[in-house]
Order: sequence, then C-alpha cells, then structure tokens
Amino acid sequence: MATRASPVVIARRQIGNAVFVGFCVLVTAVALIALALILWSLVRQGASGLNLNIFTLDTPAAGSVGGLRNAIVGSIMMCALAMVIAVAVGVLAGTWLSEYAGTSRYGSVIRFLNDVLLSAPSILIGLFVYQLLVRPFHGFSGFAGGVALAIIAVPVITRTTEDVLKLQPISLREAGVALGSPFWHVVRTILWRAGASGMITGALLAFARISGETAPLLFTALNNQFFSWNMTKPTASLPVVIFNDALTPYPDLNKLAWAAALLTAGAVLAVTILARIFSKEPRRS
Amino acid sequence: MSDTARTVAGKAFTVADTQPGRRVSPRGSAFDYAFQALCFAAATALLASLGGVLVSLAIGGWPVLSKFGFGFLTGKTWDPVRDIYGAAGPIVDTIITSAIALLLSLPVAGGVAFFLTELCPSFLKRPIGTAVELLAGIPSIVYGMWGLFVFAPFFAAKVETPLMSAAPPGSMWETLFSGIPNGSGILSASIILAIMILPFMAATLRELLNTVPAQVRESAYGLGATTAEVVLKVTLPYVRRGAIGAVMLGLGRALGETMAVTFIIGNSHDFPKGLFDSGATIASTIANEFNEASGLQASALIALGLVLFVLTFFVLALARLLLRNPEA
Repeated sequence: MATRASPVVIARRQIGNAVFVGFCVLVTAVALIALALILWSLVRQGASGLNLNIFTLDTPAAGSVGGLRNAIVGSIMMCALAMVIAVAVGVLAGTWLSEYAGTSRYGSVIRFLNDVLLSAPSILIGLFVYQLLVRPFHGFSGFAGGVALAIIAVPVITRTTEDVLKLQPISLREAGVALGSPFWHVVRTILWRAGASGMITGALLAFARISGETAPLLFTALNNQFFSWNMTKPTASLPVVIFNDALTPYPDLNKLAWAAALLTAGAVLAVTILARIFSKEPRRS
Repeated sequence: MSDTARTVAGKAFTVADTQPGRRVSPRGSAFDYAFQALCFAAATALLASLGGVLVSLAIGGWPVLSKFGFGFLTGKTWDPVRDIYGAAGPIVDTIITSAIALLLSLPVAGGVAFFLTELCPSFLKRPIGTAVELLAGIPSIVYGMWGLFVFAPFFAAKVETPLMSAAPPGSMWETLFSGIPNGSGILSASIILAIMILPFMAATLRELLNTVPAQVRESAYGLGATTAEVVLKVTLPYVRRGAIGAVMLGLGRALGETMAVTFIIGNSHDFPKGLFDSGATIASTIANEFNEASGLQASALIALGLVLFVLTFFVLALARLLLRNPEA
C-alpha cells in the first residue's frame, strides 16, 4: 500500500524543524553577543588603563601611580621556566608513548592519566606544589610557581607530541634505521623534525594555557610588590596581580587589573592564533 | 619497535662488514637504552605528578580527616575560630553551581554546535568556528573580572531585585530567591561558569559532530528528513558516547574552576538557603583562605582539595573513557 504522509504530519515536522532551526540560530547569536560583550568590556576598560607607565613602573600601593613591570617580568620568567621543563618532559614522555609504549598496559594507563591531568583543577596542582616545594623550603618562590605551571603544561605537550609522532609513517623510521642509524638518532633527527610543526603547535597551546593560570600561582609564587629577577623569592605575576587588585575597593587598582587582564588575554589570543598558523592541519583534541 | 630496529640496523652492517655473520651495532647505539630509559622516566614523571597530587593532599588533609572523620563531609559549620570544620557547604555549593552551569550551558552549546555543523552558511563557518575556539582559550580570570565588574551590578539591578520583590511572600519562590540582591551569589556564579564553559563545550561538540561520515548525514537528508530530524535522530545519536563525554569534560571544568567563581560567589561558608545567597565552592574556599591559614585550617583546606580531586577525577575519567571511542 503506497502511503503518503498526511499534510498534518508534514506540517508538524516542518514546524518542529523551524522551531529547532530558530532555536539554534537564536542561541548562537546570544552566545556570540555575550562573548563579544565580554571582550568589548575587556578592551574598553583595559585600553583606558594602558600607558607607558604599565611597562616602566612596578605595582603600586593604593593611591599612587604604578605599572605592571614586575608582574610582566615575573610572568615571563615563570612561564619560561615552566616551558623549559614542560617541553623536555612532555616531548620525551610523548615520544615514549608513541615509540616505545606500544599497546602495553602501562602505556595505556599513562595515556589515560595524562588525559585526566589535562583538565585536572589547576588549584590542586598549586596545593601539591605548595606541599612539595614551598613548605619544605620555607618560602614561596618563583621556581615553585614555574614548576606548578610546568605540571599544567606537560600533559598538553605530551598529548600533541604523541599524536604528531604517531602520524609519521613507519617507513620513515625504517628508512633511518636501514641507514645504520641508532634508533634514538632516528627519533631525534627524523621523527622530531618531521613532526616539528605539530610539536611547536602543542608547545604554543601549552604556553597559552599556562600564561593565564592564576590558581596554581597563589600558593606557590605568591606575589611581590617590587621588581626582582630573583626566582628563589616570591615573584609577581600578571594573573595574581589581577586577582589581588580587582578585589580591592580602589578604582585605580581596579583599572590596573583591567589593563593586566587585557595584556594577559591579548597574549593568550596572540599565541593561540600563532599556534593555529603553525598547525598545518585542523587541531584535534 | 626499537628491538626490530636494532636487528635491521645490525643486518645492514653485517653486509658491509668484512666478517660475515658478526653483528655490529651502529655507532652510538649504546645510547639507545639510555634514551629509552629517559623517555620512560619522563612518562613515569607524569604518573608520579598525578600520584603526587593525590598523596600530598591525603597527607596534608589527614589531621582534619582523622579528627572529624566522616563528619568532615557532612558538617555544616566551617569555623576557623573554634577550629570546627565541616565541608558540606562548599561541597554542596560546588555541585549546585556546576549543575546549574551545565543546565544553562548545554542547550546553548548544543545549539551553537548544531548551527555550525548543519545550518551555518559556509562563508561564516570558519570565522564563527575559530572565534568559538579562541574564546575557549581565554583565561578564566577574565570571565571572573567581567562577572564582578559588569555582570554583578547589572544582575543585581535588573534581575535579582525585581524577582525578589515580585515573589509572593511565603511562597516557594521567596525561599528560592532569598539572599542579598548585590549581584554576587550562587546563581551569578553559575551563570558566569556557564558562559565560561560554553565555548569549550561548543568546540568539543562541533569537533565530534564533524566526525560523523558525510554519507550518514546525506542519506538521512536523502530520505527526506528535516534538519532537526537529521541532527537529533541521526548525527547526535551517532556520537552519543562522545557527546556525553564532552558534557562530562565541561562538568569537570566547572567543578574545579577557581577564578571565575571566586570573584562572584560571595564567599560565605554557611549552608546556602537560596539562589541569591552567597556561597563558597571548594576551589574558591581554598583560593581565599589558604594563604592566611595555618594548622588545622590549612589541613582542612587541603582535605577539601582531596574531596575536589576525587570528585573531578571520577568525572574526568568517565569523560575520557566515553570520548575515547565516541561511536561505540
């Protein structure tokens, strides 16, 4: 029996579809507008606080003129330290997962825990490093902050390194080994080079991730009102300055916090865009 | 991998060698073992750091956990002056804010992902998709600041005050909307959290939906299905497991989020009475008090961290298991 959908059914389906499409378009518009509003207030409030003092003066006490020099330098130092540690550990760990682990049970456990660590609450990393490095050595330090950030960056780099190396064809490894190269040499001179663009992308994404992190720095690097290159002492950072200054009742400090937020978000966005340029293929999560 | 590699390399050398049958290892191959050990150590360091987090939290929290026992989880009093610590308030607040955030965020994130995969004209796909992904990377402290300075005053004046005065006295609404209408509180924190996890969930869902083979989608359209039917009955069920995983991942983020919440939740340890009431999540309590805490209070905060660790570990582990094979 040939059946034809009754007009009522067709109308119902069409109305249902129109409602669905309308909903999707509406929420997308609302979401984009909300996020645009956030960026807009960030730019508007932040830009009004930006001036040369930001880069030449240190964080002020309430009521005096100041800038963010110590926080900018502190952030850069701690992120640099974190990246050095994280790239070394992350690349090696990713190499192990891709080249040596195979399908071993230990390999899959590490892979799984790495994924969990990838989105573990960063404040807990801060507590961990506090117990590991701050309490035993009786003092907050830039080193502790750098280590905390490194622990957050390592899983990102491990993950991308493993993914990128796994994409390299087996014949590449065989060719290197057939030339009489020891395997570590094949990894270093062939595989890492072949995967360089992907690994750089991973490192940049990790850098973007840690440069805005606040929670792990609160109990490790603490803060420092003064300019200092000494990473064995408490070290200022942009996110912690934002946190402290935004919660004060002083408008000039709030303004400074907005400027710091704009700088941080700008840096994060710039690095993320750079990472997208470096990656030849769409990023996989 | 390395074993076969060495054998192959060894054979290559035997051919060139004047003494047939003698296996010569390539120069520098002694370092092979060291390199493998180095890589292994790095991978183990990952395991050690996660294990270290758990162990250090357990050790640090032990004094409080042994003193209060199970009462630490159920006690409603958090009083550093009298050294009484019950974490029920922060735990409940954490779960409530994350749950509301997820409820608010999920339909919107789904809508954005559906829009991007099915409806969006192709010239807008890249810009909007890129924008969503970039926004997922904005540091959470920016969301927190926006919440504190822009959202809270607006919310207090335009939403909280009218709702509170409109609620009939003695009704359920009055209880639900009770609190101080200053813009900060549990509902505000949930909304900020929802905005924060929105780009992240939308980006993950979109990537998942993009993995559905074109034939599957096209055959559904070919049978005469409407867009709504294709999405809800074909593509979404196709990645069902992965979609649940993506939602859990968002939940994991919301549970452990510190900065976006600390600014706007009001930071009160009392058990929450209404949606506009101040609260304190686990993460915000730690962020606010840890630097001034010592002795039993520090231990209580670390024990709170342990609770958060266990909570998020299970959510994230489930998320990863589901995301690993999204189509099964």
